[in-house]
Amino acid sequence: MSTETIDRVRVIGSRDTGTRAARRRRSDSRGGGLFWRVASPLLAVAALLVIWQLAVDLGGIDPTTLPSPTRVWNSGWAASEQIAENAAATLQITLFGLLVAIVAAVVISSVLSFIAPLRQTVLPLLIAAQSVPIIVLAPLFVIWFGFDAGPKIVLVGIVSLLPLTISILQGLLSADPDAASLMRSMGASKWRIFVSLRVPTALPLAITGLRIMTSFIVVAAIFSEYVGARAGLGIFMQTQKNLYRTDLVFAAVFVSIAIGLTLFALTYLLEWLLLPWERRRKAAQR
Amino acid sequence: MTRPLLEVDRISKTFRSRLGEVSVLDDITMHVDEGEFVSVIGPSGSGKSTLFSILAEQLAPSSGEVRFHGDRDPKAPFSAYMPQKDLLMPWLTVEDNASLGLVLGGMGRRQARTRIAELLPTFRLEGREKAYPFELSGGMRQRVALLRTVVQDRPLLLLDEPFGALDYLTRTELQFWLAELCAEEGLTVVLITHDVPEALFLSDRVYVLSNRPATVRMVLDQPAPRPRGLSYFESEQFTHDERRLLAELTESGGVRIGLSGPAA
Repeated sequence: MSTETIDRVRVIGSRDTGTRAARRRRSDSRGGGLFWRVASPLLAVAALLVIWQLAVDLGGIDPTTLPSPTRVWNSGWAASEQIAENAAATLQITLFGLLVAIVAAVVISSVLSFIAPLRQTVLPLLIAAQSVPIIVLAPLFVIWFGFDAGPKIVLVGIVSLLPLTISILQGLLSADPDAASLMRSMGASKWRIFVSLRVPTALPLAITGLRIMTSFIVVAAIFSEYVGARAGLGIFMQTQKNLYRTDLVFAAVFVSIAIGLTLFALTYLLEWLLLPWERRRKAAQR
Repeated sequence: MTRPLLEVDRISKTFRSRLGEVSVLDDITMHVDEGEFVSVIGPSGSGKSTLFSILAEQLAPSSGEVRFHGDRDPKAPFSAYMPQKDLLMPWLTVEDNASLGLVLGGMGRRQARTRIAELLPTFRLEGREKAYPFELSGGMRQRVALLRTVVQDRPLLLLDEPFGALDYLTRTELQFWLAELCAEEGLTVVLITHDVPEALFLSDRVYVLSNRPATVRMVLDQPAPRPRGLSYFESEQFTHDERRLLAELTESGGVRIGLSGPAA
């Protein structure tokens, strides 16, 4: 009896310090939290660039091995028209590939959420498809469908749809069964429950899946061009590499990083638009 | 004489599992008249929730029947239920959560919101219609869930331990408020609970279930007029009934408390 009391006191005590710590953390971030969240990664990048510049200048490294950031910037600026043209081609494949992946993931996960036996059959197939390296698929797609953007878009869509499909499916299936029976008692059909319960439950997970996808879809697009394309950052990088223009390879890399980061940031905008309740909850926590 | 709103006629429920058949409900009979507040009280695991699911038409009894106005198979659903968890949708505001039943039942969103707006003051939610569930206190969440249940205008309300997760003071406050609401609106309610004072305070009649398989061990009429005030808790009727129920419901109660007088 007495040990039980002590146990309970201990639980309450630890929980209390937990909330106090959380409160402290919260009040910390309130003091200029947003500023530091943006400023600290920028400062880190700036510091890295400075170290890089100094290392190249003072170490006397051959620019074809590792060009300095200023050299990358200058040659990149000089070739900006060419880079922009190629970046536009890559961006096209990336965005349409993203669209293909989203549409396919939504359709596949919705169908699978309705038909349980199909899940066990289709999911392993998807995972198998995901395990085939794009480096192998890309030349095959060129052989089968040619050098145009269309087959590349489909390829990028196929290799990047799995994480999104799985996160949406998991979200659709994680809806509270008690909430489903409550809605049924209110007269909702299966389809209505899907729209009013399963989809909103899945949205936060879907956005997480989308965010993961943006981290590699640009790389997938570049790889899809590697084996042959009329234009694109992938083909540009390969050409410049063969010409020992390492500085332009780096310039193209930075452009692709910028595209990736922009897409990543856009997922936060999407979250802000689609999940107003999460927006309010996060604001309340800050 | 009109038929009672709800008749539960000798229902039993048996579940088949790998370990064989488990009998959960055994020969339960009860009735609820229009405008009555009836509680079902029983120990944990006694099959209260199974009975609740049968009344909510989510489960069919193994034998016996449930009749609504004497009808075994009513065309329209006759009950709206409020589960233990509030089940408010985190992505819906208070007004949209409350109007969920209306909208899913086919009413237009705007019309449903207007209907909810009329009832917000009664449910002490005025000014909070645009709030999200996470911004509400536990008591407010339960009132939204109750509003969502009441506004469906079904003849019978089923409440499954609606205040079980609340702190003592909030729970007491909501019990007083619910007592007034039910009396004013003339609601017909079946409340499932294991809170003895709650059952006594709110009900016209209390059914006491035994351990599994549940049978009706006792039917207790509560003739005191509703809604009752605080003074009810010091009435002889209440203290007497409370002791009787505790003796009935707790394993050691019958021995330790001891029963005397004609009630035993």
